[in-house]
Amino acid sequence: MADFDDELDASGLNCPLPILRAKKALSGLDAGQVLHIIATDPGSVKDFEAFANQTGNELMESKEEGGKFHFLIKKA
Amino acid sequence: MEQKKFAIVATKGTLDWGYPPFILASTAAALGYDTEIFFTFYGLQLLKKNMDLKVSPLGNPGMPMPGGMEKWMPVLITALPGMEAVMTSMMKKKMASKGVASLEELRELSQEAEVRLIACQMTVDLFDMNPADFVDGVEFAGAARFFEFAGEANITMYI
Repeated sequence: MADFDDELDASGLNCPLPILRAKKALSGLDAGQVLHIIATDPGSVKDFEAFANQTGNELMESKEEGGKFHFLIKKA
Repeated sequence: MEQKKFAIVATKGTLDWGYPPFILASTAAALGYDTEIFFTFYGLQLLKKNMDLKVSPLGNPGMPMPGGMEKWMPVLITALPGMEAVMTSMMKKKMASKGVASLEELRELSQEAEVRLIACQMTVDLFDMNPADFVDGVEFAGAARFFEFAGEANITMYI
């Protein structure tokens, strides 16, 4: 997994909390910085894709590893 | 690009139906929508500082119950005293165990994300509700105020 600037562990949280927490975490970053999000909600895979598409932030990576979902989002 | 707008009319005051307005509003705000919720009739319960909402199995054949009880339990049983309290407590426990946010938390997140909450003045008068019982930041207005925003909204929903 590529480098990141900040990390958000949203494990155990259900819709829409992972998205809301990620939005908040991103607002604390500068443009170009990367947020690593860890989630357990299977719905978050499609949701982070949709979040990136609608907000312009780039979803650099989305993968499942060790029973958890990992996302890298670069702030626009 | 002009900011998109999302308008919701929230009309229901039960624990289960309280979720859609706040889930959608907070998510829309996170996606960049300018969002307003107009609370009318029983929906006004969602604005109270102390929400104390309940969920009822009565008249709700689609409500899953532990062990699939809803498939055989006579409807009359769901009307027994205490059933509502039992089901409400079970629903809250279930939600907490699945990492579903509380309504209070979702409402707070909505307000933090600048979702505007509007209480229907007519219903407040009708039910003799006390505005002091509502959370801070609520605006009191009528139907025309709703259309001022909804008339320009990209999405409008009645829940």
